[in-house]
Amino acid sequence: MAVLDILTYPDPRLRQVSAPVERFDAELHRFLDDLEETRRAGPAAVGIAAPQVGRFQRIVIVDVSGLRKPVPNHGHLVLINPEILSWEGLAVGREGCLSVPDYTGNVVRAERIRLQAQDPDGQLHTWDMEGFEARAVQHEIDHLDGLLFLDRLVSRRNDLFRRKVYRKSRRD
Amino acid sequence: MDWYMVTLVGRDRPGIVARVTQALFEGGATLGEAAMMRLGGNFAVMMMVGTEGSRSDLEARLAAPAADLALHVHVDPIEGRLHEHLVPDVRIRVFGADRPGIVAQVTGALAEAGFDITDLESDVAGTAEAPVYVMTIEGQARSGIPPLEAALATVRGQGIEAELEPVETLVG
Repeated sequence: MAVLDILTYPDPRLRQVSAPVERFDAELHRFLDDLEETRRAGPAAVGIAAPQVGRFQRIVIVDVSGLRKPVPNHGHLVLINPEILSWEGLAVGREGCLSVPDYTGNVVRAERIRLQAQDPDGQLHTWDMEGFEARAVQHEIDHLDGLLFLDRLVSRRNDLFRRKVYRKSRRD
Repeated sequence: MDWYMVTLVGRDRPGIVARVTQALFEGGATLGEAAMMRLGGNFAVMMMVGTEGSRSDLEARLAAPAADLALHVHVDPIEGRLHEHLVPDVRIRVFGADRPGIVAQVTGALAEAGFDITDLESDVAGTAEAPVYVMTIEGQARSGIPPLEAALATVRGQGIEAELEPVETLVG
């Protein structure tokens, strides 16, 4: 196992679109171990995408199960060739990125998603997820398409009551 | 390089930012973090300016655009430290019928409860007859969230609504 180097913006490779994984072999599994070790080595990242370490394949890891304040989650997820099948609702949240040190900003993401992805052995799974976990998955999938949260920043001034209004309408 | 905090204030009109920053660029200065906004028909600029030149060179560079655009200029030497952002962990929204003392009351209670403000913006909405004060504050809860909730409970009522929301910054 090894901690891999993280590419940081403005490295042009972060803008590259990653290719689907086709071989689910021992080499892939070794890489997944390194990717996970790299995620844990940095400052508390809840996710990491393969292109962040210079491997341009559609692979992400997401794990939001260890937050101070627990959120709904599906534990440790290794997502190969992930696809968002459908989404619902919008929410603003604050994001940062291992590839964009010392900056955080507000980003609009879908509140709930239905996600399909293969596991490390190529088996297909589907999840319904929401909130912080759904946000993390969208952040990581963006990396596979060469996008960063910087591409989606919104001004705080646009952010005022969106979430509150949304919550109220659910209660009513 | 020496850093200065430069503030400029004047009646809002198109081109202030372009004209001022062009003059600084031509003078070999560099910009750090900045906040610029329209406040009540005025335009206010606060920006970190780094320069190898002297303070009087900097003031001389700003003199022409300031005179042309009728801007008040203030230049203060500062200890410039970039790449030291504090990530807020709490966002507080306050709004209600406007009256004197809202900000003092709310921020006084929060300061006693261990709240360190990293960002505050407020606006007066509504109409001249019935103004509404709207404020969002971001910061760090140095003593945790429960004391802040207690502080807000003391300021609620009398037409003020105050709501706290933890900010969990996603890093991925």
